[in-house]
Parts: sequence; structure tokens; C-alpha cells
Amino acid sequence: MEALAISLVNAVPLLAGVPLWAVTLLLMVVVAAVILVFALTFEGVGSLVLRKVAGDIQARIGPNRVGPNGMLQFLADGVKLVLKEDLIPANADRLLFKLAPYFAFVGSFAAFVVVPFGVGLIAADLNIGIYYVMAVTSLVVIGVLLAGWSSNNKWALLGGMRAAAQIVSYEIPVGMALIPAVLIAGSLSLQDIVRSQSGLLGIFGWNLFHNPFTFFSFFLYFTAAQAETNQTPFDLPEAESELVSGYNVEYSGIRFGLFFLSEFGDMFIVATLSTACFLGGWNVPFFNAGTLPWIWGNLFSLGVFLAKAFTMVLIMMWVRWTLPRLRVDQLMRMAWKYLVPLTFVNLLGVSLWLLVFKGKGIPAMIASLFG
Amino acid sequence: MSGPAEYIFFAAAAMTVGAAILVAILPNILYAAVALLFSFAGVAGLYVLLSADFLAATQILVYVGGIIVLLLFAVFLSNRISDTKITNPTHFRLPAATICLVLFGVLSYAAVSTPYAVKKGVYLPTAADIGELLMTRYLLPFEVASVLLLAALIGAALLSRPDRPAPEKGDMEEGKR
Repeated sequence: MEALAISLVNAVPLLAGVPLWAVTLLLMVVVAAVILVFALTFEGVGSLVLRKVAGDIQARIGPNRVGPNGMLQFLADGVKLVLKEDLIPANADRLLFKLAPYFAFVGSFAAFVVVPFGVGLIAADLNIGIYYVMAVTSLVVIGVLLAGWSSNNKWALLGGMRAAAQIVSYEIPVGMALIPAVLIAGSLSLQDIVRSQSGLLGIFGWNLFHNPFTFFSFFLYFTAAQAETNQTPFDLPEAESELVSGYNVEYSGIRFGLFFLSEFGDMFIVATLSTACFLGGWNVPFFNAGTLPWIWGNLFSLGVFLAKAFTMVLIMMWVRWTLPRLRVDQLMRMAWKYLVPLTFVNLLGVSLWLLVFKGKGIPAMIASLFG
Repeated sequence: MSGPAEYIFFAAAAMTVGAAILVAILPNILYAAVALLFSFAGVAGLYVLLSADFLAATQILVYVGGIIVLLLFAVFLSNRISDTKITNPTHFRLPAATICLVLFGVLSYAAVSTPYAVKKGVYLPTAADIGELLMTRYLLPFEVASVLLLAALIGAALLSRPDRPAPEKGDMEEGKR
């Protein structure tokens, strides 16, 4: 960011008198605004796509009134959410009730900072990238717990407790399933992890095909992450047939909107991490986007990355509308008895593989056979 | 330190200390927990300012994602769930004040008299070095801490088990619920 600020100051003579930190700060605000606009658009369009996909899978039409084919439904929903009265239950804990949605939204939106959108397109290439995502998304738990409690509603409390227990439990397999990618890249930075999957091997350079253990850990990650973001079949926190809507049942208007946005934001973060860590990020086979002139390389890689991430989002929606919901005990059993041991065994497998074969994956070894 | 870094330092320090004071004086334990969250976040901000990025993320992950959640769980799961008036009792004021003052004196003496090694403008990734030290020089403390945590985990699981006879065989099967 600072390098960009320096080049900006040098390029624009008008900025010569402005202190560097002010330009940097301004740039940060601009970048944050761009990402916020992206996130909000994704979340709006995502909600529409979610309902359309649901309609298709359940053999009905889905939203079809606003605009052609109901395509403007999300705008109507957004306006409705903003304009709706902000209700606070009489017996609610007013302060915490108001505060909770912000925790959830901040936790999910802060993770967008390290999303590697493309070559050089990242708000902050933190060298602790993945770890940072794991850390800030834990704020969502606080928001959900406080929302459930402060609503002073049994459904909300049950939903909040379930959500928190679920997120805390599934955080461990999620983290453990991501470590193989970190081990292969030798870095926690998401850009480095994406770069480690580029090269001449094409899609076989991706971590997904690196060795059998990484192939397995992609599916472990996807399952655990699906649960961590409270998606069906793990949507017990909001199980509408038993808890009405869970922790956000008392919320209306924009505060409900914030929870909604954080949920979609989490969905995108999961898609992002699986793309960046296992599906090669912005790499495409046999083509190096970095060689394109001017900003075409950045734009091309942005397109590739978003295409992959959106595909993952669509798969998540597909799973969401296909599988029935688990029971609470089944959910916990799955986390602690199956996913946690499996991810640990998997991590051991990847570490041993990297040790024995000196960091080479199966495709690289096959390629070396042919010179 | 000069320029914006100084302001950021004072903002983070003010947030840490202010929130910590709120933790001590707020009568509602949940509000105190939320204030504690802001205090931890302020400390994380100080770590970032010291370019200890890994430590800052760990601070958020462990204290905000772990300790605060644990505190909230403990409050929610305690028996009188609707009763939020779990106040900070004020007994033994004089001994408490004495201990606090002595501790404050010792800590501030230590903080003022320590010769700090000041490095200018160093920003290096710390995660790799920390990992290497944990696996080599500090392996024993690291493992001992893990064993301690594991023991605490087993103890908690044992204590929270309801006193009931061992389940019959097949109790965990799907059909018998």
C-alpha cells in the first residue's frame, strides 16, 4: 500500500505537498470502499442466485416478479432491509442487541482484506494471511452469541448457543485442513500459496492434485467450512423448522441485513480459501497472467479467480439445497470423532509426504520422468 | 516514533486501558466481557504497531475467539440464565488496594527501568522464526503446555459427565433413540 502511495505521489504533482501517510490512509479507505462495494454486490446477487438455485432444485420458479425473471429482486430486498423499522424487543438488552450485528459483520468483512483477487490485487498481502482469516472470523462467534443472548428469546438463545458451539468445534478441522497448503507453499500468505501452484504443470500443479493427502484435505476443508459457516446440512443454528430463524429471529431492518451480509461474506471467504489453497487461485493452465501488458494481467487473473470462487459458491448452494439437516449430536460427533482425527492424520500424511519426497507432488514426479 | 504511529499508539493504549477500567467497574458481567474484548483488541493493535503480526493475530484468535467465547458460554450456561446482576463484589477493599498498589509499583518500576533494545524501522515477518523456535529451543515448554491443556480438557470432560451408569451396548446406535 505504501509503495502504491509513493508512486501515486510521484505521478500526480498535485499531491506533492501532502504527507505520505495521508495519501496511504486515503488509499486504504478507497481500497476498503472498493472491497465493501464488491462484498455488498456479491451478497446481494448471491442472495438472488441462492433463491434461484433453490427454485431450480426444488422444481419451482423462485423470485420472478421484480425485473425480468426476477433479476432485480435483490435490489428490492436491499431497499426493504434499509428502510424497514429497526425493532428492538422491549425486554432485550438494548446495548448488546445493537452491538452484536457489528461484531458479526466486522468479523466476516475483515477477512476480505487478504483475499487474493488476482496478480497484485490484494488489499494487504499479510504474511500471516490464512492465520489472519482464522483469527478475525472468530469475531463472528461473539456477534452470534451476543445476538442470541441479548434478544431475550429462547429460540434466539438456542440458535446462538448452537451456532457458537458449532463454529468453535469446526474451527479446528478447518484450520488443520488448510495447513497442507501452507506446508507446500512454505508461507502463510495467500498470494504466496497461490503462486506456489503456478507453473508448467497446469491444473496438476494445483494443491488439489499435489498428493493423495491434499486431495483428501480439500474435501475435509470444504465439509468443515460448510459447517463453520452454518450452511445446510449444518444449519442447525437457524433451522427454520425448529428454531424459526435462530439467533437473528428478533432482528429486523438493517441489523438483520448485517447478519445476512456476514453469512454471505463467510460463504465467499470459504469459496476464496478453497480456491486459493487447493484450486490454484488465479492460475490457469499453460498461461501466465503476469506476462500480459498493462493491467490486463491483473484483470484476467481477477476474472479467473472470481470464476473459480463463484463456482465454489454455486457448489455450496447445490449442497445446501440437496442434503437434509443433521441432528445436534450427529453434528458434534462428526466434528470431534471424524473430522478432527481425519484432519490430523491427513496433516501427518502431508508432512511425511513432503519430507520423504522432498516437497515434490505426484504430477511433478511424473513430469520429471519425461525430463 | 513520530507522526501517525504515535497517535495510533495512544489510541490503542487508550482503548486497552479504558476498556480494562470498564471491565473492573461495570456491574454487568456480560458488559464486562465485551469491554474485555475491546481491551484485548487494543493489545492486538499494540502488537501490530510493534510489527509483531503473528502475535497480534494469535491475540485475536486465542483471547477474542477463545477466552471471550468461553466467558460468554460460562455466563449463558450458568443456572440463573436470566439473572445478569452478577456484580463485582467489593469485599476486602483495603488489602486489595494494598496489593494492587504494590503490584502497580513493581510493574511500573520494571517498565521504566528496563533497558529496551530499540530497533528502528524494522519490519520482518515473524511467523517463521516463532515456529522454528517453538520446534527447537522452546520445544519442551511448548509440549508441557500442550500436555497441561490436554489434562485440563480431559478433566473438564470427566467433570461434566453426568453421573449415570455406563450406557448399554448399542445406546449410540441410530435406531434406539
